[in-house]
Amino acid sequence: MSTIAHTQKRGFAGTVWEYLTTVDHKKIAILYLLAGGFFFIVGGIEAMMIRIQLAVPNNDFVSAGLFNEIITMHGTTMIFLAAMPLLFAFMNAVMPLQIGARDVAFPFINALGFWLFFFGGLFLNLSWFLGGAPDAGWTSYASLSLASEGHGIDFYALGLQISGFGTLMGGINFLVTIINMRAPGMTYMRMPLFTWTTFVASALILFAFPPLTVGLFMLIFDRMFGSGFFDVAMGGNTIIWEHFFWIFGHPEVYILVLPAFGIFSEIFPTFSRKRLFGYSSMVFATVLIGFLGFMVWAHHMFTTGLGPIANAIFAVATMAIAVPTGIKIFNWIMTIWGGSIQFTVPMLYAIAFIPSFVMGGVTGVMQAAAPADYQLHDTYFIVAHFHYVIVGGIVLGLIGGAHFYWPLMFGTMLSEKLGKITFVLFLVGFHLTFFIQHFLGLMGMPRRVWTFLPGQGLETGNLISSIGAAFMAVGIIIMLINIVITQKNNVQVGRDPWKDGRTLEWALPSPTPFYNFKQLPLVRGLDPFWIEKMEGKTEMTPAEPIGDIHMPNNSFIPFVISLGLFIAAFGAMYQMDDKAWAIPVLVIGMAVTFGAMLVRSIKDDHGFHIHKEDLLEEDGKGGTR
Amino acid sequence: MKQKLTKWRLLTMVGLMALVLSGCGEPFLSTLIPAGEAGQTAYDLMLLSTWIMVGVIIVVSILFAVAVIKFRRKKGDESIPKQVEGSHTLEIIWTVIPILLLIVLAIPTVIATFDLAETKAMNKKNKDGTTDALVVNVRANLYWWEFEYPNQKIITSQDLVVPTDQKVYFNVKSSDVKHSFWIPAAGGKIDTNVENVNQLWLEFDNEKATEAGNLFYGKCAELCGPSHALMDFKVKAVPQNEFDQWVTAMQAIDAKAAEQAPADPTAAAGQEVFNQKCLSCHAVTTADARPEAARTAPNLANFGDRELVAGILEHNEEELKNWISNPEQYKPGNKMTGTYGELSDQELDQLAAYLMSLKVEQ
Repeated sequence: MSTIAHTQKRGFAGTVWEYLTTVDHKKIAILYLLAGGFFFIVGGIEAMMIRIQLAVPNNDFVSAGLFNEIITMHGTTMIFLAAMPLLFAFMNAVMPLQIGARDVAFPFINALGFWLFFFGGLFLNLSWFLGGAPDAGWTSYASLSLASEGHGIDFYALGLQISGFGTLMGGINFLVTIINMRAPGMTYMRMPLFTWTTFVASALILFAFPPLTVGLFMLIFDRMFGSGFFDVAMGGNTIIWEHFFWIFGHPEVYILVLPAFGIFSEIFPTFSRKRLFGYSSMVFATVLIGFLGFMVWAHHMFTTGLGPIANAIFAVATMAIAVPTGIKIFNWIMTIWGGSIQFTVPMLYAIAFIPSFVMGGVTGVMQAAAPADYQLHDTYFIVAHFHYVIVGGIVLGLIGGAHFYWPLMFGTMLSEKLGKITFVLFLVGFHLTFFIQHFLGLMGMPRRVWTFLPGQGLETGNLISSIGAAFMAVGIIIMLINIVITQKNNVQVGRDPWKDGRTLEWALPSPTPFYNFKQLPLVRGLDPFWIEKMEGKTEMTPAEPIGDIHMPNNSFIPFVISLGLFIAAFGAMYQMDDKAWAIPVLVIGMAVTFGAMLVRSIKDDHGFHIHKEDLLEEDGKGGTR
Repeated sequence: MKQKLTKWRLLTMVGLMALVLSGCGEPFLSTLIPAGEAGQTAYDLMLLSTWIMVGVIIVVSILFAVAVIKFRRKKGDESIPKQVEGSHTLEIIWTVIPILLLIVLAIPTVIATFDLAETKAMNKKNKDGTTDALVVNVRANLYWWEFEYPNQKIITSQDLVVPTDQKVYFNVKSSDVKHSFWIPAAGGKIDTNVENVNQLWLEFDNEKATEAGNLFYGKCAELCGPSHALMDFKVKAVPQNEFDQWVTAMQAIDAKAAEQAPADPTAAAGQEVFNQKCLSCHAVTTADARPEAARTAPNLANFGDRELVAGILEHNEEELKNWISNPEQYKPGNKMTGTYGELSDQELDQLAAYLMSLKVEQ
C-alpha cells in the first residue's frame, strides 16, 4: 500500500469501511466524538424529560417506574457514554500530536477500546427497547439493584462491563504512549498540561476501573448465576458494593475533570498569549489531586453508618483536595493576569469555567464537613453540586475544547457568532437550572424523587430549574446547527488557525497528514511551537532526516472482538429466563471473540512503510500547507 | 437617569430580600430552620463553611474580574506579553491560606462528627432491659415506616410521636431494600441498611415545634423503587406530658379492646371485612407480639389519628376509599396491591368507617 491510497477520495461505503477498520488515532478520535456526541444528545433528552416531569408538583408526564429508568440512564449515559468518550476523543486527537508521536503506542488496541465502548453503550441503550432500562440509579446500590425486576440491571452490569474494558484499554494505551513515544527533547516537564492530565487520568483509570469491574462481575454473578455476594439472606453484604462503587466512582470524577482542566490549561495561555503560570506547580497539583482522589471515596457514604472515626478521617481528607484545586485556580488567574486576552469562543468557555467550577468546588468542601453532609446528602443540594462540577467543569471544557480543537480535527473553524449565542444560552441556562437546586435541597427536597407534593415550598424553585434546562437545550441545538453549517461550507483554515498556538499540534499542516510528523520534531522547551515562532520560524526544527515511516495496517478484528462480546452478553442475560437458545448464543459470542483474538495472534501483520521517496515527492507537490 | 438607576437598584434589593426570605423553606421541612440540637449543629457547620466559602468566592471573583477586564486585548494590539514562569511566593501564599481556612473548618467538623455519633445513652440498659433514654426502633419498608417503642412496648407506623426538649434515640434498619431515615428540620439523615442497625439521636425544641404546628415532615432519602418519592412520614413532636398521655392511651388498646365491635353498625361491619381481608398483614393492636418478619404491613391501631392516608393523601374517608380500592394508582410498586381481592362499594364504606374509628386521641 502506498501513501496515495490514503489520500484518494472514497465513496460512501469506502469511508464507512475505512472508519470500521481504522487504527489511526485521529480517525478514532472522530469516532469517539460522534459516538460520545450521540450519547450526549440521548442523555440530554433524558435530562429534559426529568425537568419536564418536575416542573410542577404532582405531574404525570412520566410514570414513577419510567422516571427511575430515566434518571438512571441519564446519569449512566452522561458519565460513561458521553463525558468519557468525548474526553477520549480529545485525548486521541491531541495528545499524540502534542508529544510529537506518529500514533499511540498500540493503534490496534486503540481501535479495540473504541469498539468495546461503543458496543457496551449500544447494549446498555438497547434496554429501552427490550423490556425496560435499569432503574436503580447510576450508583445501582446492591439491595435495590438485586431487587429490581426485569433485565434493566443486567443491561447495566453487562453493558458497563464491556464498555469498561474499552476504557481500561484506552487508559493503558495512553500511559504507554506518553511514557515511550515522546519526541526528542520532550521531557516530562516539557509536556503540555493536557498531556499531563491525560497521563494522570489514565493512571487513575488503571487503578479505578478494576474495582468497578470486580463489583460489576459480582453483580452479574448475583443476578444471573445465583451467587450471593450482596444477598444478605445468603450472608452477603450490600455495603461492599457501595465501597467498590465509590472506590471507582470518586476517582472517576477526577478522570473526567482532570482532562477538562488540561483543555483549559491549553486555552488560557493560547488566548492570553502568555505561558502557563506556575507550570511545575500545576503539574504537581494535578498529580496530587489524582493521588488524593483515591483517599476520599467514603465521603459518598457519610450516612451509611461507618461511624465517627471513619467519617472524621474521610471528612478531613476530602477537605485537603481543595488545596491543590485552589492552586490550579489561582495559577489560571495569574496566567491571564498581564496577558493579552482575546475573547474567542473557547476562551469564553474557559472564562466562564472559573467562577462556575469554583462554586461547585466550594459546595464540595461544604459537604466534606460530615455533619453538614448528613443534611445535604441525597438531596437536591448534591444534585446542584455535582452538576456545577460536571457541567461547570467538564461540559464547559468539552464544548470549549470542541471549538478549540475543531480546526485540528476537521480543518474547519466553527462559527464564532453562533458559538457565542450557544455560549450565552448554555451558561445562563446552566446557572438558572442548577443554582436554585442548592436551595431546593436545603429546603428538604430529596434527590431522585419522581414527583413532589404541593405545599412544601418547592414549587417555584423547581419551575425555575426547568426553565433553565430549556435554555441549555436551545444552546445545544444551536451548536449542532453550527456544526452542520460549518461542515457543509467546509472552509479549510490551514495551519495554526488561532494564530497563537503554542504546542506541537498546531505546528502540523492542516489537515494533519495520516503519519502526523514527516520528521519527528526537536523539542527545545515548554510550548515548543511558540519558541520556534518567537525565533521567526514557521515550522519545527526536525530531529531526524526524512526516512521511511512504519505504519500499522487497518484491521476489522477490533470490531469483531467487540461484536462477539456484545452477542455473548445477550446469551448471559437471557439464560436466566431458561431460554433454550441463550447458552448457545453465549458460547457463539465468546467463540467469535476468542476466535478473532486467535486470528490476531496467529496472523502476521507487520504493517507497511511509507517510503522516503513518496514523502519527498509529496514535498515537491506542496502537499503540506 | 440617576433616579432610574436608584429605582432599579431598589427593585433588585427587594427582589433579593424576597428570595432570601422565601429561600428558607417551610418550618416543618427545611434544614434552614433547624428545630433541635442535631439540626442546629449541622446548620451551624453549614453557615461556617458557607461564610468561609463566600469569602473564597469573593476573593477569586475580584481577582478574576480584574484580570479579565484589565488585560483584554485592544484592537490591533499585536504585542507579546512578558512570559512569566511563576512565583514561589505566590504559590506558597495560595497553598498556606487555604490550608489555614480548612483547619478552621476541620476542627468543628471533627468535634461535631463525634457529638452526633454519641449514642451511649441508648445502649445503657437497665436490669429489665429497658433504657432510661427514649428509644425508637425504626424499620423502613417499601414505602412505609414502622416505629417501635421497646420501653413502652408500643408499635405504630407512619406517624412518629416524640416528646420535645429531650434527646430521642433511634435504631434504624430496613426490612427489604436500603432506605434513608430523614427528618430535615430536626437533623441529618442516616441510612436504614439491610444488614445492620444504625443509631442516631435527634432533639425537638418545644418552641420550634410549636412554630411548625407540632408536626414535622419525614422523608426517605435513598432511592428505593418507584414510589421512593412518596415514602413520607410525619413526626408529631409534643410536650412530655402529652407524649405520656399518648403512650398511656396507646398501651390501653389491648387485644380485647380491639376485638370488641365498635358501637357504630357500619364500622362494626367494617371490622368483619377487616378481619377477613386485612388482619393477616395489618395489626390493630399496639403490642403486636408477632416477630418483625411477620409484620409486613403498617400497624393501624391508631389509624384514625393519622395526618395523612398512606403518607400522601388527605385524611378523610373519601381518600381512604380511593386508596384501598386502587393503591397502585397512588403508590406504584407498593406491596399491598392485589393482596386482598376486589371490595364492593359497601365493603369499602364499612372498612373506611371502621378504620377511621381506630383512635386513641380524643
